[in-house]
Amino acid sequence: MQVSREEILHIANLAHLNLEENEIEKYQTNLQDILNFANIVNNAPVEGLDITVGANEAKNVFRKDEIEIFEDNESLLKNAINPEQNMFKIPKVIN
Amino acid sequence: MNITEFTVHELQEKLKNKELTITEITKAYVDRINEKEKDVQAFVTTLTDEAISQAKDIQAKVESGEIKGDLAGIPIGIKDNLCTKGIKTTCSSKMLENFISPYNATVVEKINDENMIDLGKLNMDEFAMGGSTETSYFAKTRNPWNLTKVPGGSSGGSAAAVASNMVPWALGSDTGGSIRQPSSFCGVVGLKPTYGLVSRYGLVAFASSLDQIGPITKDVTDSAILLNLIAGHDKKDTTSVDMPKKDYLKALTGNIKGLKIAIPKEFFGEGINEEVKNKLYEAIETYKKLGAQVEEISLDVAQYALATYYIIACAEASSNLGRFDGIRYTYRTQEFKNLKELYKKSRSEGFGDEVKRRIILGTYVLSSGYYDAYYKKAQQVRTLVTNEFNKAFEKYDVILTPTSPTVAFGIGEKSNNPLEMYLADICTVSVNIAGLPGISIPCGVDSQGMPIGMQLIGNKFCEETILNAAYTFEQEIKFRENYKPEFKGGAK
Repeated sequence: MQVSREEILHIANLAHLNLEENEIEKYQTNLQDILNFANIVNNAPVEGLDITVGANEAKNVFRKDEIEIFEDNESLLKNAINPEQNMFKIPKVIN
Repeated sequence: MNITEFTVHELQEKLKNKELTITEITKAYVDRINEKEKDVQAFVTTLTDEAISQAKDIQAKVESGEIKGDLAGIPIGIKDNLCTKGIKTTCSSKMLENFISPYNATVVEKINDENMIDLGKLNMDEFAMGGSTETSYFAKTRNPWNLTKVPGGSSGGSAAAVASNMVPWALGSDTGGSIRQPSSFCGVVGLKPTYGLVSRYGLVAFASSLDQIGPITKDVTDSAILLNLIAGHDKKDTTSVDMPKKDYLKALTGNIKGLKIAIPKEFFGEGINEEVKNKLYEAIETYKKLGAQVEEISLDVAQYALATYYIIACAEASSNLGRFDGIRYTYRTQEFKNLKELYKKSRSEGFGDEVKRRIILGTYVLSSGYYDAYYKKAQQVRTLVTNEFNKAFEKYDVILTPTSPTVAFGIGEKSNNPLEMYLADICTVSVNIAGLPGISIPCGVDSQGMPIGMQLIGNKFCEETILNAAYTFEQEIKFRENYKPEFKGGAK
């Protein structure tokens, strides 16, 4: 499968990444190389095999839906770039 | 003998006999860090001042009887993707350069509960993506055996710090070999436990269905001691398994008579360095001498497992790393016009080259049109790999392979060729794909004096078997008595 320049740009957009001109070409080549190698999964004798979604037996783990309050707001907001009034500040989303 | 050369169980013995104090031990490590860190660059954050004052405090509390327990006052180093409250956790990324976790990882909580002393946070490949610690945003860690070589990765800082005696032991994490391969490159012991044995709560996720935390130590006894501490169910990690606690130290009997060891011929084929192969053959002879039954088998899954690994790990990473958006606790770009631009610019400036490459690959294999051909197929291959290992463990107790196809390579040697770097994970990734335990122990050095690692793979939750097999071998060849890192090559 050939990876086109448009595809790389589409994928980067989905992943919320901007690519520089030199990066587009580099990642296009890298992705192509890796996919060429990864294509061997299509030769594996997997007919009739189920998919594995986790390393151990898949089972649901339930717990009671109880509210636990994390009180250390200060240490959470310590990481914020530009906090205001105990909140994270972001650009306006709705005009 | 210098204090920092002792293993943890030796330090425990000396504390018990009052030959050493906690403050003396900590001071010795701090001195060692001050002496060697400039050459090795194993740490992202050192906590030497904090460690000294903590040691005094713990020493006093031990003397007054307020603190008991045989790990009190033992120093440790922690890989920088394990959350430590109040101390930076960077994942060696610009993205988390200033991140201070508001909580502790469960394993860190356990370390603190024992009153152990954290000497610092250890360097790694950015977000644990890499096999050389060269993708760290902060520094390239150097291999203590030869400073012009990489220490392996991604837990390269952890392995190099243990090998250079800057910490007595360390915690690492392993998604596709990230504990075992650097342990192999640095001549130390690295254990990747069975998936689900150790809680991942507070480990910054790379690929959640593959990641496990484990010990990097000077010898197998220390590995069992640290595993005893960190293993166990945790309600904060729903994938951690609820099963009775074991004492791994008790498993180290030094007797492996009748142990059935399988040698998968595909792991000794093309691409495995001759010197590595020959040293492994010597190890196999040692096992025979010790009374093990060794047989060659075919386990033709390595190539499939490697391709599957890169599809699954990158897919999970692209999803896990979606949370780094420039809003709450990550790097944020300086200028932006709207929210989307804030996301895109922050992520593009905050992530390094290798992380972006894997996000792109992961996003590609999960995207519409390619999901079935790559991701779904890889999940089926994952079943195939697991089944093949299950079949082997019906007949054998241990599978023996090299840990890495080569010894440590030169800094910069492979950093321009991502695929070549990925192919070097051929011996380790199957273990994560199948969720098995694996240990790497040194089995000798090559003609250049670089350590060679042997990997022992066990069945799920059979850590005792591989630990005892490793221990018995270690007692026989006495690697640590015969070889020591010499910091060749000097600082560049």
